[in-house]
This record gives sequence, structure tokens and C-alpha cells, in this order.
Amino acid sequence: MASLGSALLALAFVAAVTAGIVALVWRHDERKLILSRRIVYAFLALVTACVAIIEIEFLSDNFSFKIVQEHSSLETPTFYKVAAMWSSQEGSLLLWAWVLSIVSSVSLFATRNRLREIVPWATAVMMGVAAFFTGLMLFAPDVDPFATLNPVPSDGIGLNPLLQHPSMMIHPPMLYSGYVSLTVPFAFAIGALITRRLDAEWIRSTRRFSLIAWTFLGFGLLLGARWSYTELGWGGYWAWDPVENAALMPFLLGTAFLHSIMVQEKRGMLKVWNSALIVATFSMCLLGTFLVRSGVLQSIHAFGDDTVGPYLLVVIGIVVIGSTLLLASRLDELRSPKRIDSLLSRESVFLVNNLLLVGMTLVIAWGTFFPLISELFTGQKSSLAAPWFDKYTTPLAILLVLFTGIGPLLAWRRVTWASARRVFRIPALVAVVTLVVLWAFTDAAHRPWALALFTFAAFAIAGVLQEFYNGAHARQKTSGGNFAGALFAVTARNRRRYGGYIVHIAIAVLLIGIAASSSFQTNENVSMKPGETRVVDGREFTYKRPYVKVDSEKYTIGAIVEVRQDGKYLTTLETSRRFFRPTGAAATGLISDYFQGEATSEVGLQTGLLRDIWVTVAPNVQTIQHQLALADKGFKTCVAAGPGTPPQCKDINAMMRAAQANPKLAPEALETIEHLQLLSAEKIARQYATSNIAATFKVIINPLVLWMWIGGIIGLIGALIAVWPSRSRRKGAMVRTEADELKELKYSEIRDAELDHASGKLSDEDYAILDAELRKEAVEILDTVGVGAGTASPRPGRAGLPSDWEGGEGNGSNGHGNGNGNGATAEAPTNGNGNGHHANGNGNGAAREPSERD
Amino acid sequence: MDPSRKRKIRLVVALSVAVLLAVALIYTSFSASTEAKEPSQILSASPGTSYEMTGEVVPGSIQHNGQEGIAFLVTDRKDSGTKLPVTYKGAVPDPFRGGREIVLTGSLKEGTFIGEPETLITKCPSKFTTQSNG
Repeated sequence: MASLGSALLALAFVAAVTAGIVALVWRHDERKLILSRRIVYAFLALVTACVAIIEIEFLSDNFSFKIVQEHSSLETPTFYKVAAMWSSQEGSLLLWAWVLSIVSSVSLFATRNRLREIVPWATAVMMGVAAFFTGLMLFAPDVDPFATLNPVPSDGIGLNPLLQHPSMMIHPPMLYSGYVSLTVPFAFAIGALITRRLDAEWIRSTRRFSLIAWTFLGFGLLLGARWSYTELGWGGYWAWDPVENAALMPFLLGTAFLHSIMVQEKRGMLKVWNSALIVATFSMCLLGTFLVRSGVLQSIHAFGDDTVGPYLLVVIGIVVIGSTLLLASRLDELRSPKRIDSLLSRESVFLVNNLLLVGMTLVIAWGTFFPLISELFTGQKSSLAAPWFDKYTTPLAILLVLFTGIGPLLAWRRVTWASARRVFRIPALVAVVTLVVLWAFTDAAHRPWALALFTFAAFAIAGVLQEFYNGAHARQKTSGGNFAGALFAVTARNRRRYGGYIVHIAIAVLLIGIAASSSFQTNENVSMKPGETRVVDGREFTYKRPYVKVDSEKYTIGAIVEVRQDGKYLTTLETSRRFFRPTGAAATGLISDYFQGEATSEVGLQTGLLRDIWVTVAPNVQTIQHQLALADKGFKTCVAAGPGTPPQCKDINAMMRAAQANPKLAPEALETIEHLQLLSAEKIARQYATSNIAATFKVIINPLVLWMWIGGIIGLIGALIAVWPSRSRRKGAMVRTEADELKELKYSEIRDAELDHASGKLSDEDYAILDAELRKEAVEILDTVGVGAGTASPRPGRAGLPSDWEGGEGNGSNGHGNGNGNGATAEAPTNGNGNGHHANGNGNGAAREPSERD
Repeated sequence: MDPSRKRKIRLVVALSVAVLLAVALIYTSFSASTEAKEPSQILSASPGTSYEMTGEVVPGSIQHNGQEGIAFLVTDRKDSGTKLPVTYKGAVPDPFRGGREIVLTGSLKEGTFIGEPETLITKCPSKFTTQSNG
């Protein structure tokens, strides 16, 4: 199997190289291009086979595979056997190649009828990266996933018990998928730059991949935080560790990118910015991978001896320098003649949000690489701790959450102050009420940063909810039905917009959780003897009793802790510390071994909507260790059977002599001794359980921390809604030409404006101007496309709906005609447009406008 | 004011804000940072000054002193010649044990490195380590 795997891997490498070369050399030949795409599919099949082989070997405990022997063992639970692949260096490289093979295949399949000029270059870039990673496994030392061992060991070393946690198994592939999916927009951006196809076409085709990558990165980060919180016995979820930062930076840049590409799509601006941003994001991904492995920076995440770091550094250099030169050579063509119309517009908010996110990334990058920077200037490696990071990221995050609220309330292009005031009124009111209530009734007043964050978060959440309400209300007005149905329909028809809004809520909720738990946390170490009680933050913690459990692989020393508040019973928590015996080659057969191996904490956690109670125990193991060592000594003398052997050794002595005489009995004798050892370990444990030894407890009261995870789940839902393909796309994608695409885009812009108007975001005057502009632009597009402009242009006096135009071209067969384009949301403003004169009279709540019109 | 002039002013304002922030960032980072030193460098460093010590725990040297916390020896990562005695009170991370690399902030006092409570960081044994015993 190993040689088959190696052969498949070598073939995959050849496939990647060939696909890239074929795509580039014959980039004008349609048939060769199809061939290159098929070779990419073949690459996918080959890498998948490699992954399958490794997985089969893990599941069948084939310890002749080095990767299996080092990361799995007979006792490893099946679930972790499956996941053990990516806990190894070579396995994670294979995972990278595999994910890349999937996203390249999918992206090339999705663009098979578009982007004719860009695709060959994008293929070459993606396959270049693929060839690099498969090449690493083939040619770099010590990272061959198919390396074998001879002689074959009988058991593996096993997976580190700390890593045996469900979120730890999903976290690495999530982050990897995020990193790797960003290759797609990067590759297409490079293709667009090379071929000078600098419109928003490449962005539209890869937008989903950017969004998926962003979702993976975000979820991966959150899972890592969750693991740290529940498993590491430290009680925190973020430490500004270089490796954590390395994953956060592409996430922040990716967030900026997702917003700024909308400006390019809608307005044709920020082209240089977008190209630079995706290059920076992808470089950050590679840098993250490099940091994880190189050991250049001091990190909690130590990853052993590095063998692939230098290669990665070379690739990062090529990517950064090559992209910068390419970008510089296209600078003139990338400049947009357009300017932002008004400071009070969505695009200018996007610009601010981009500056904030990039600023935050720069701060984090500076802090992360500070040890290298300081060594350069002062000759001393100095590092920056969490407080420094907090000092800068806190205000930036607070501003960011404010703009998370402002953005959705503003329309594209321009908004008058009057209509801005109208949409801001309710969210601002909610924010002020939040501020006053928190100030008056909680101790938030002492934490100005947290107070500011709560206020702005309330503003953002209220703003987005108002958006949902207005959108649903406008729809209900025109198509009837109940409110819930209208809410669902308006979301389903504008997935990208409302999915994004949901993510905004999620970010606000998540930041509330972070701010509350970091500003108002109580964290104390208390020492208690069994039966004693200590008060932490108004809650009484009683150490009820210790408990001990021993089996052949670990020693568990735990504590039962009862929590009361004001004399009232709250909960009983169980926490323990597990001491694992070294396994495999490191095992010595001594029972004092239990304390030589890995130790993990099982956290006693009571989760609540308002606060988490988090307890871990650090038992005093001195006595146990001492007694175990004595027991070991006793066994040793017994087995050695020298002079002066104590009388209780008689049986063991006899057995050992028998085993020496008859080697067949040896395994049985060993087993008996192991059993006896276990018995004495258990006896020592029982003594501990009845003794009165004090243990140290770490008690954390963490307010609102649950909302971090709730925010994460809301965000995931929002992102999934935004990613989900729309009906027209699924049906119509096959025959869509680029001109159709442009036209469709303009229609959607018109529909957006109508929705903005219907939901009260745009005043009637603003809408009239914007609508006229958009329609003029649409007619221009139709003229250049050459589809009978006469029939398609909207008749004056009647607000032509996008769907009408579609009908004019006989495009109905694509499934556009019925029900998607002319959603009732779009019809509402039709009336509004005609009624422009009546706007001034009613300055009432934005939400009420449509109803009054009727 | 004509628009191009307005844009220029905006640009100047934005750039000066950025420059100010960058200066603040650089200034604070140099003043807030802690020097990282290996055990052999700590021994010759000035006592009382706070350092971030990175080193490897000597296997078998860990002593649990109950209420008094723990005491152990550390060596340089690459060279195990010098052994620096360390005392530490506070929460001990799960992965802490002999052979592990640790990062600890503290200062030297009478030849012993006194760690500040809650600053002990033990590197995750995770992932790409090729050898799991230490």
C-alpha cells in the first residue's frame, strides 16, 4: 500500500504540473483548456486516493506506516483515528493538497463557460501551489506521508490526549480549508491582472469562494478558542499567540476584502485596493502556515522540528514580490475614474471599515513580528504581551462594531441627511437607552471601553433588526401574507444582503461576549481541604470530597465541588486532572510513570446565559507520587528476588522463577505483575481519597461568555444564507454570457435600490435620482450588448421592472420571468416612484411610509 | 471649496492621523515589551529586572511544594549546560512537564528565577512534534 500511495502521490504531482503547463501553453485552444481542466479533476482523484489510503491504514492500525505509528495506537478511539492524519506534519500537508484539489476543481467547474481568458492563468496559479505542496511531500525530508517503518512496531505512540477533543479534530481542517479556499480568489485575481481583464468579473466568479474561505477561517478560529476554553485548563480563549494571530490576520483581511469587492462590483472602484488586498490575504495564509511550522517566533503552539519552513519562505517571497510587480505594472489600468459621491453612503462606510480592519491587521502583524523587529533594531528579542494588543485592538473593535451598525443603514451612492436621520433614529435611541441602563444599573460604568462596545453593539443589532423589519414590512404590504412569511421571503430573495446582515448581528453578539467576559471576569486560585468552603465573587464553593480513578492508562484525581449562592444551592461541579502514562516506546512499566506523562484537566463547567462557572483542580500529588515510587521499589526487589526479599514477595518470586524456566509463561507472568501493580496503584488512590489533603482550585466566573459561541453559530447561519446559490443562478448559469451577467447585475442594483427605498432607507428624492442614474446605465449596457434596446428600455412614466426587461428579450425560459426578479419587494416602490411628490409631508417613522402611501 | 482641494485636505488629515498612530504604536511597543532571554543569559542578567525566560524544563526536576508552588530547573533550548533554578506559584498549564519548552515572565533573585504568578506558558505538545516523550 505504501508504494502504491507514493506512486499515486507522484502521479498527482505530475498531474498538477501538467495541468498548469497545458493551460498556459495552449491557453487559446478551447479543447486543450478542457483537457487541462480534466487533468485538474484527475489531480483531485489522485490526491483523494492518497488520503483514502492513509485513512484506511489508520483505521486498520497498520503500524508499518510511520504516520500511523506516530499518531495513533491500538487504544485510540476510532473517531480520533480518522482525524489523527492531520495531527502530523506530513498529514497536514496532504490535507492542504487535498482541499486545494477540491476547491480548484470546483472553481474551474463553476467557471467552465466564463472568464475564458483568465481561467488558464488561474489554473496555472492554483496548480502551481498544488505542485508545490505535493512536491514538498515527495522531495522534502521527513514529510513523506507514505514513509514506512521496519521492523513493524506492535503498537503506536498514540494521539496526544490533549488533542482528543472533538473541536480539536475539526479545528485544523477548518482553518486549512479557509487558508486554501483563498487560493481561488487569489489565482483569479492574478489571472485578471495578467490578462488585463480588470472589471469585476473575476470577483463575481470567486466571491463565493472568498465567502466560504472566510466562514471556514472564522469557524476554525472559534473552535480553537472553544477548545482552549474547555480543555486547556487555563480558562482563556485567546492569548495573542503568534499562531493564533496568524489565523486572525487573514480572517480580518478577508473580511475587508468581502466588503471592498462589493464596491468594485457596484461602482467599479477600489480595483487596486482589492487586488492588493487579496494578494495580502493569501500571503498572510502562507505566512500563517509558515509560522505554524517554523518556530521562528515563540509560540504556545510548538510544532517540533521544522523541515518545510525554508521552502515556504521562498514561495511567500515569490508570491509577494511577483504580485507586487504585477500590480505595479497594471496600476494605470486599475485606476478608477469614479469617485465616492458622498461621505454619507455605503461605499464610504465600507472604506472606513476596510481601513479599520487593515489597521487592526497591521497592529497585530507589528505585535506578532515584534520579536524579530526588536532584534533587528536592538539586538534583543523582546516580545509584546496581551495588554499591548488589547490596547490597540479594543478601540478598533469598538469602532468596527459601530460601523457594522451604520453600514446596513445607508444606501449606495448617496443618502441625504434627512433620510439618514430617519433610519438612524430608532437604533440610536436603542443605543442611548442601553447606555443609560447599563450606566445606572450595572458596574459597566467603571469600564468605559466595555460600555462603549455594549452601546455600539446595541446600535448595530437594533439597526439590522430594523432593516429586517422594514424589508419584511414592505414585502408584506405588496404581497400580503403574514409577517413571518414576508420576513422569510425577503431574506430568501436577497440572500447575500440579509445573510450579511445576520453576520453583522453575530459579530455584535460575539463582541459583547468577548467584552463582558474579558472586562468583568473573576479569576481566583483558592486552596481548600475537603469539606472547606471559600467565597468567590459572592458564590460559595465547597470542596465536598476528592475522588480518584485508576486504570492502566491514566490516574484521575478529581474533586466534587458544590456551588451555592446566598445559601441557595446552585450546582455541583465535577472537575479532575488526568495523568496519562507514557505509551509505546516511552513506557517503562513502572507505576510512578503515571506522573511522567501528559496531564489534562477536565473542566467543571456550568454554562449559563448570564455567566459561566468554570472550575479546575490542581491536586497535590506529592504523597501519591511518593507512595507510587515506593511501590515501584518494592516490586523491583520482589522481581529481582535478591537476598533480603520481603516475605510477601513469595508468590511473585515463584512466578518469575517459573517464567524463567519456561519462556511460554513469561507473558502471563508479566500480566500478573501489571495487574498487581494496578492493584497497588488503586490502593494508593483510595488512601488519597480518604485523606485530608488540600487541593488548589482555579475558579473563574465568566459573564456572558456563552454569547461568544452563540454569536459564532449565528454568524455561521448568516454566512450559509449568503453563500447559498440563488435559484436563477442555479438554473441559468450554464448559458449566461458576460453581457448577460452585466445586465443582470444592473437589474439587481435597481432592485436593491427599490428595496432600500421600500424599507425607508432612501428618501423619495434620493431614490428618484438614483433610479434614473441606474436606468440610464442599464440602457447603456443594453445598447452595447446590442439586444434590441428599443424593446428593452423602460418606457418613461412607467417604472420598468427588471422582470419586464427580461420578458422583452424572451429570456423567460431561464426561469427569470416568474417570481424571482419581480419579487413583490420590487413592485412596491413602483407605486412609490410615481408618488414622489408626497414625500415631504410625512416625516414619520421610516417603517410606516409604505403604509401611508397606500 | 473645490472638490479636489477638499480631497487633498482630507488626504493630508488622514495621512497625519495614520502617521501619529504609527508613531504611538512603535513607541509603545518598544516600551511595553519584555526582553526574552534563555536561562544562560538570565544568569548573567541584572537581578530584579523583569524578563521573559524561554527554556526547557529539565526532566525529573519538578518538585511540588504544596502551597509554595513548584520548583524546577530549566536549561537553554539548544544547550543543556546551564541549569537555572526556577520557582513559580500559580496555575500550572496542563502540558507542563519535564522536557517541555516553557515561557515564564519573572526576575532573578539570589540565583533563582522567581516567576510571576499566572505567567507560565507551556508550549502545546501538539501536532507536528515527532517525538511525544520528553
